[in-house]
Parts: sequence; C-alpha cells; structure tokens
Amino acid sequence: MKARIKFRKYGALKFIGHLDVMRYFQKVMRRADIPIAFTGGFSPHMIMSFASPLGIGLESDGEYLDIELTEPIASNEAVRRMNEAGVEGIEVLSFLQIAEEKKMTGMTILAAADYLVTPKQEILPDAGSAQDSLSSDWKDQFNNFMEQNEIRVMKQTKRSEREVDLRPLIYDWEFRGDSIFLRVAAGSSENLKPDLIMDTFLKFTGAVSENSEETDPTVTDFGVCQTLNGQSFTYRRLEMYADTGKDGKRNLVTLESLGGEIH
Amino acid sequence: MRKLALSDEVLLSIEKPARYIGGEVNSVMKDKDLVDIRFAMCFPDVYEIGMSHLGIQILYDMFNRREDTWCERVYSPWLDLDKVLKEKKIPLFALESQDPVRDFDFLGITIQFEMCYTNILQILDLSRIPLHATDRTEEDPIVIGGGPCAYNPEPLAEFFDIFYIGEGEAVYDELLDTYKEWKQSGASRKDFLRQAARIEGLYVPQFYDVTYHSDGTIESFAPNDPSAPERVRKQVVMDVTDASYPMKPVVPYIKATQDRVVLEIQRGCIRGCRFCQAGMIYRPTRERSVETLKEYARTMLKNTGHEEISLSSLSSSDYSKLNELVTFLIDEFKDKGINISLPSLRIDAFSLDVMSKVQDVRKSSLTFAPEAGSQRMRNVINKGLTEEDIITGAGQAFEGGWTKVKLYFMLGLPTETEEDMKEIARLSDRVARRYYEIPKEQRHGKCQITASSSFFVPKPFTPFQWASMYTAGEYDRRAHIVNDEFREQLNRKSLKYNWHDAQVTVLEGVMARGDRRIAPVIEEAYRLGCLFDSWTETFRNDLWMEAFENTNVDISFYNQRVRGKDEIFPWDFIDIGVSRSFLYREWERAMNETVTPNCREKCSGCGAAGFGGGVCYEGKN
Repeated sequence: MKARIKFRKYGALKFIGHLDVMRYFQKVMRRADIPIAFTGGFSPHMIMSFASPLGIGLESDGEYLDIELTEPIASNEAVRRMNEAGVEGIEVLSFLQIAEEKKMTGMTILAAADYLVTPKQEILPDAGSAQDSLSSDWKDQFNNFMEQNEIRVMKQTKRSEREVDLRPLIYDWEFRGDSIFLRVAAGSSENLKPDLIMDTFLKFTGAVSENSEETDPTVTDFGVCQTLNGQSFTYRRLEMYADTGKDGKRNLVTLESLGGEIH
Repeated sequence: MRKLALSDEVLLSIEKPARYIGGEVNSVMKDKDLVDIRFAMCFPDVYEIGMSHLGIQILYDMFNRREDTWCERVYSPWLDLDKVLKEKKIPLFALESQDPVRDFDFLGITIQFEMCYTNILQILDLSRIPLHATDRTEEDPIVIGGGPCAYNPEPLAEFFDIFYIGEGEAVYDELLDTYKEWKQSGASRKDFLRQAARIEGLYVPQFYDVTYHSDGTIESFAPNDPSAPERVRKQVVMDVTDASYPMKPVVPYIKATQDRVVLEIQRGCIRGCRFCQAGMIYRPTRERSVETLKEYARTMLKNTGHEEISLSSLSSSDYSKLNELVTFLIDEFKDKGINISLPSLRIDAFSLDVMSKVQDVRKSSLTFAPEAGSQRMRNVINKGLTEEDIITGAGQAFEGGWTKVKLYFMLGLPTETEEDMKEIARLSDRVARRYYEIPKEQRHGKCQITASSSFFVPKPFTPFQWASMYTAGEYDRRAHIVNDEFREQLNRKSLKYNWHDAQVTVLEGVMARGDRRIAPVIEEAYRLGCLFDSWTETFRNDLWMEAFENTNVDISFYNQRVRGKDEIFPWDFIDIGVSRSFLYREWERAMNETVTPNCREKCSGCGAAGFGGGVCYEGKN
C-alpha cells in the first residue's frame, strides 16, 4: 500500500537541506510508529521518495513525499502522530493513499509547481538602502517582460549549456500585492526554477547587464548583493501538480488530489 | 515562532546554517522569565562534533530536569561565521533561545582534548566575556570547565572561574543551589566563588598561588584564601545504574559524527594500560545494570527515531553481561532495521559471531589495538594483548570472511628501541601471512591490513606522567623507520601504513603537562589567529611557534625534560583517588618490563577502593 504525505516547511527549517529533510522524516517515521516498508538486503532502508527537492532558504506550503506501507493506518491518525513526533517548522498536512503503479510516484508525475516571489524589503523602490533597488515602475516592466513571445536564455545544466525559451514553461502568473505568483513547469522533463525567471527579468530591465555572469557580482562577506540578482527575492513554493490532460492538452491537478483518505 | 539570532542573509552565506538554528527534536525550550538559572553548556568545537558528545547530553538533560534551571547549548562557530560575528559585532548566542551567552548565569565548557584551547578563547571572546577570570564582574557569567582536560586545568587556570573535577552527576545540584541563594543575596562575585570553593570537587584557580624554583619546576602550590582546600577531590557517582541518563537526547537535523543512540554500559576500565589517562581517572570501574540498559535502549530508540544504537565504554568486552545485552539488542531490534554498532570489542570467537550478525562481513573491517609492535614494548605499556591473541583473532576473522583489518599503534613510547618500531611493520606482515595461509580457493582475493600510528603523549595521572617526549623531527624519523620497514615486508602490497602529524603531538604534550605559564602562549596563539587546531586544514604550527617565541616559553622544558620522582606536578593538588605512589610503582614496573594484572585478576592497591564500590568490591558482598 502506498501513501502520499503533504507537508509545509517554514521558519528556521528552511535552512535544513533536502538530504537532512529525508533523514528527518526517516526518524519521524520511527518516532510516530508509521508502518513504513523497508527494502531488502543487508542494510535495509525505508521506501520513501520525495516529489522534488526544495532548495535551502526556501519555504513551502506544498511539499510531497510518497512512502510504502506494510499495513494501513488511518489518515487522521497518521497526520496526528507525525505532527506530535515532529518539530515547529515542518507540519504534515495530509496523509493519503495513492495508486500502486510505480509510474504514479510524485517524482515521476510531477509536471508543475506554484511559487510566490517577493522582492526583499531592501530592494523595493524607495527602500532607502545603500544597494540597488527596483525602479518604481517595476510591475509594468514585469508585465512587458511576460508579454514577450519568447524569453530566450542560456540555461546551465550539469553537463552542458543550452538555450531555452522560458516563456512556454511559465503556465500562469499574476501580481499578488507586491509579490508575483508564478506557475511553472517542474519535474524530470522540463524544470524551471523561479530565480532564473527573476534573474532574466532583471537583465531585461537593464538593472543587471547582460553579461553579468562573467563579471563577478559584488557580494559582500555577508552575502548581501550590492547589485540586484535572483537572490534579491524570496521564493516560497506553494503547490505541486501532476498533468492528467490528454492529447497535448494540459490539465494540472495537485499531487494531493490524486490521493484518497485512509479510514 | 522562535526568532533567530542571525539574519537570513548571514545564514544563507555560510556553510551548514543548520549548525546555528537550534530547535531540534528533544531540544528544551523554557520561559526565561520563569527560571532562576540560565546555563549555557558549550563544547568548543563545531556542532557536528559537539552534538556527538554523550557527557553534554547527560548534563543538558540533568539540568533541564530542574524547574529553576534552563540549560542551552553553544558550539564553536566555524571560521566563516566567526568572521561574520566579529565584523558585524554580533555576540555569540545559545542555540535554544538564541540569546547572547553573556546574558547567562553560567557558561560551562567541556574540555575533551588539548587542541581545543584556542577555541575556548574564541567562545569567551565572541561572547564578550573578559578572557581573564579576575577581570570579570557580577555582570558576566560564571565560567566553569570540566571534562578530562580539567584534570590538569593549569594551562587554562586564568581563563576559568571554576573547574569541576570529576563526574558531572555528583555535585552540580549543590553548585546550582548555592548559586541561586547567592544571586538572591546580592553578594559579590568573589563571595560566590568562595562558596563554590567549599564544595568538594570544585577548584577555583584564583584562590591558589604557585611559586617556582630557579630551574623552573614548581616550588609550592598553596591556597591563598581560607575557603579553598589544599587538595581537590575528584567526584564520582558510585551507583551508575541510578545516575541521571538522558532518555530523550537531542536529535540533530544535520548528520552529526555520532548519529545514534549511545548506551554507556560502564564507566572506568579494569585494564590499567600505563599510557591511558581514562583508565586511571575514571577508576573504579562501575557497571550499569543490564536490565536498565535494555529499557534505556527501547525508550531512547523510540524517543529519537535513530536507526542505530551503539555501546559506549572504554573496553566493552570487560562488561560482565555483554553477551546478554548484545543478544537482546539483536533479537529485539535487528528486524526493525536498526543497526547495532559494537566498538572497542576484543576480537574473539564470541565477538566475531556477534559481529557477523550485525554487519556485512565483506564490507566492514576489524580493528585491533596492539598499541605496540613488540611484546617487550607491550609489557612496558601493560597492554595485555599478546601476539597470539592477535594472530588467532585475525585468523578466525579471515576464516569468517573478513578481509580488512585495522591495527592501531603508538610510536615514541618510553624505552622504545629501533627493534620495537620495526616490529610494527613485522607484526602487520604476520597478520597478512595468516590470511594467505587460507587456501586460495577459500579466500576472497587480497587482504587489506591498515596500520596507523599516533605519537604517544604522556598524560597527567598516568604512570607515564614521568616520561619524556621527543622533538617533532625525532617523531618523524621514527615514523620513517617504521615506514621503511613496511616496504621490506613480504606482503607489502597488502599493507598500508599511516602516521599522525608530529607537530600537533608536540603541542598536545605541552598543553597536557603544562602549568600556569602556558596561558600566555595560548592567548598569544589565539591573538595570532590560531583556531580549530585539531583540524588539519586549519592547524597553523608556524603561528603556534611564533606564540612560543613571543612569550618566551621553552617547549623542551615541558616535553623533553626528565622529571624527578618527587617533582611537584601542576596537577598534584587534585586527588583522583588513585595514589601517586601507585602511579610511580607502575612507572618502575614499566621500566622493568613487568606486567601488572588487571583489576579483576588481582587488586594492585591503587587507592580507588577508597570510593567504596565498583570492581574493587565485586564478589565481596
């Protein structure tokens, strides 16, 4: 039996990296007595997979991990026990049964993710700080940026560098107060990180020169960038989706909605 | 939600920010307005090392059981954060509340090894507590030190208000009660220190004066305040079974060196190896009841969620109920995916059988600690292991499928000859030969024998406290003799030899047997930029040598000099319950290559029976 766990990661826990979050959940499983299944072999380990690792420094309202159970456990009971065994900063939101097929794990079916991008206080127009800030019409500029037919950018991967068009990978967006909501492609085939969008936007506005990758941005010892770049914003992941559409037509549903309550 | 002491920008600019955020599972939060005493407990090394230390977990739990006390943790900020804290003038903070250490009532520092001394100054400096105890005011925390290096506290004497000599479970409650009363009374800091000095086991350095002979040795060491006793007696917990033990140890987010449940099965060691300080200062050997340990194992695994459990003691094979305990752990937890780790086991049929059940034979290696290559040398150091034990044990292991063996040695031991050094290589080769005696079709390829040597450092309160050391150059020469001999061996392709750094050894020697005149060297080294001296990548011998030069302190006085039978040692005012005459007797027996039986075979009258329990009274009830 397979189960999908949705959780929230916030506050100080955003400084805990992906591998440590895995270790954290392994220990939670034992403390909460979740009947999780193990692999065979001399050093068995828990059968557990995460939909998508979350970078250090990011908060999230929609993280997912799938596990294999040896016996059923009621959803509400599992959520309660895991939260009792947990810490402030990671909150389990749901624990649902999912389909048995291997190709249905969160990692395999992940197609899109929502992010909320917020400029840091000190880069807002008229923040009065020593470093560069956004111009007062930055929202109009972002509008123009998104209205382009294509947004070509060199994307660095582990092995090579290739040119990609970001625009079709951005499925939806809107302003939410001083923040930007973005729905972007995620998963194994196409994966767009929101900081790449913001980096590209800053170049588009001329706040950062086109070839700034070659000239080192001025970073002080405290990691505060004197010039604007992708790190001038905070990113919060909001949700993750699978695509259930057919014939090339996209139909995004949350990973959570593919699960059912265990009674 | 807890507010962090460091901003997101700082945390994202440094390595492993999780070292500094606290909030781990089982960490203790209290309301600071509802407690009387705030205690910052510090291990002066990085988080991953400090979090692996059992002693701090014990005291953390014990202090937090008191309603009037909130104990928090502090570790050394790594170089990246050290720089930020200094440049941005951010005071060092404790992990739980994230409040500055300077606001605490106590700063307790555990001193586990000599090479952390500059890190202690870093902690004080970053906390903005005056480095010298006599410069502190009522506004500063009481700085108290403990742990094995407190058995010769003199090099650090002027940096500490109090040293706690012995096991923490014994008189800390009394100290905290005294503090609470003093705090309400509004009396002076010195007045509190006087009250502390009257508690058995507590040493207040500023209440003692030292004078020296013209040759530099100590002439006298005496109290200058009526509250300070002539001798400070080591504190021990005789009933280790009922002693406080943490059922809910803190579980780190990032991987600590020791990421497992640790069961301390006994304290002390019956063996009496003459180089070993732990074997002397933790006397008498006391066992924890096996039934208690079984219950602890269950509870602690449940409370932490750890996937591994380990036994801790100086010599696990000497625990009388080892078989029963290990069988229980395997039966109870092996099927639940819990790893069982069994360090410091003597290799014999029993331990091999157990180990084949708990580990993958082909991947794991077996460890022997012969400590010396020749039987003559092993007799000098009183290491009871014979060559026959080693070859037989290794043979059984090889037949059981193991192919990797690690051998630990010491170089530079008293009376060591070139023959003794070369025997390290030859013994390693004889272990390899034993492997190739197994018919080719029954063995699994080549064997891998890894020999490592560290250089011997004489420690206070051991029979070898009278021994002389060598220069770094001489240590290197000895290591090369061994290395050359390895190349002469028949099975050299199956042998590997590593040796430790000689420069660190020299410094460790000075710190271990140093006196109050070493403090300026440590302070100067810190000022020059020495920090994390136990880390190879950060150790700066050149700066240390500069510090000795700038302060006019002669290394050879502390290391190479021959110490006389009756010389007053800086640590002589401490009474560890093992007599100096016993230690000297052992030193003489070492020179005569005479072995002394272990505590269970025959009592040698070391004096530890005076504590009234433990192995000294086994079978006498």
